[in-house]
This record gives sequence, C-alpha cells and structure tokens, in this order.
Amino acid sequence: MENAGYLFAAYTIIWALVFGYTLSLYRKQKKLQRDVDLLKENLEEK
Amino acid sequence: MREKGALWNNILLGLSFILMTATLYMVFIFVPTEEAMGVIQRIFYVHVPLAWVAFLSFFVVFICSILYLWKRSTKWDILARSSSEVGIVFTSLVLITGPIWAKPVWGVWWTWDARLTATLVLWITYIAYLLIRSYTAEEARGARFAAVIGIVGFVNVPIVGLAITLWRTQHPPAIIFREGIAPPMLLTLLVSITAFTVLYALLVVRSFSSKNLEAEVKRLKDSLFR
Repeated sequence: MENAGYLFAAYTIIWALVFGYTLSLYRKQKKLQRDVDLLKENLEEK
Repeated sequence: MREKGALWNNILLGLSFILMTATLYMVFIFVPTEEAMGVIQRIFYVHVPLAWVAFLSFFVVFICSILYLWKRSTKWDILARSSSEVGIVFTSLVLITGPIWAKPVWGVWWTWDARLTATLVLWITYIAYLLIRSYTAEEARGARFAAVIGIVGFVNVPIVGLAITLWRTQHPPAIIFREGIAPPMLLTLLVSITAFTVLYALLVVRSFSSKNLEAEVKRLKDSLFR
C-alpha cells in the first residue's frame, strides 16, 4: 500500500472541495429565495 | 416553475449520489491495482473525469458566449457564468490531483511541461473571465467583454488536449486511445465520467438558479426603492 497517503489526500481534497462548493450554492440559493419572498411582500404592501 | 426546478434538482441530486457511490465502490474495491504504479494510479479514475468535465464546462461557456453576442439574451450570459464557475472548480481539482499523482511517480510536484502549463493558463483565463464579468461597472458591457473572453479563451482547450502529441511532455500520452486499457479499468473510468458529468449538471443548475435569483433581487430592489 505504498503511496496510499497521497491517494487518501487526493480523494479527501476532491470531496471536501466539491461538498463545500455544493453546500455554498445551496445556502446562497436559500438566502436569495428568502430575500425575493421578502421583497415581494414589501412590494405588495407598498 | 419552482416545483419543476425542485424536481430536476432532486433527480440530479439523487442520480449524482448513486453514481458517486458506485464510482467510489469501483475505484476502491472493484478495479484491480495497476502493476507499475500501484495504488496511486487510482487517482486516474478521478483526474481524467475532472479534466473531461472542465473541458465540457468551457465548451458550454464558448457556446453560450456566442449565443449571447448573437441574441443578447441575459440567460446565455448567466449560463456561461455558471458553467465557467463550475469549470474553475473542476480545473482547480485537476491542478491539485495532478501534482499529488506526480510527486510519487515523477518525483516532483510540478514541472513546467506543455500540458501542465497550458492547463494553468486555462485556469487563469477563466478566473479572468469571472473577474471581468463581476467587476465591470456596466452590466451589458461586462457581459460583452466576458463573452469575448469566453470565445477566445476556449482556443486553449484543444491546446491542452493536444499538448501531449504536439510537444514532448512529461505528462503520459492518452493510453486509452493508443493501447487500450483493461475492461474493468475502462468500465470504472466510464462510470466515473458519467458521475462527474451528472454532478456538473447539478452544480450548473444550482448556480444558474442562484444567479437568476440575484438578478430578481436586484430588479425587486430597484422597483421598491425607486
């Protein structure tokens, strides 16, 4: 199992980056959707 | 509309999860260890699909940039931006996994060989694309500038692909096409390519939705505070 450390590092970095990026996209979208709903409510009240 | 988007999101998310699980199973359990390089060769099953998806991303940017300049519809600009953002993430991973593979095999993390350098230039080009798109004050002008970079920058993609045949490089040639690989290795590679392509679609759909929402927030704010 020579070089298993390198293999582990590569897969860990890939999954950490992909997971982090996916999570950031989902969070951003959730926040933006909240903002849109709030702004629409405010516009209706205006 | 929102329900339809959520349905597509769930389908892509589920499919992505299943395919990624299958890929990990095949990479670590199913596929035999390559004799010459040992376990480190298993990086191949993600390094190649990551590069494929990066090329696909920039091809989508290229097509969308042409369509934007032709039709001037903002949806093409948003799609190009989304695809370039995802492409940069995947190219970053190519540039990270490559050196991790190179160190135990070549003895160095990085060498300025044609393919590696061209890949780095590709990454920098699309970082510039996003920077110009984000920091140009006038929206339509930024979109036009970015579209031009999206078209011109794509010239580098075939250069990256052909670098190993055009110049003498440290990077190994595409053995799949020249000598072929063992069927379990080919199958694992194909499953991984499919998994990463579905993941690309999921990320682009998410990014596209976010950018549409950003535009809507801007529109609503303008109407509210006018």
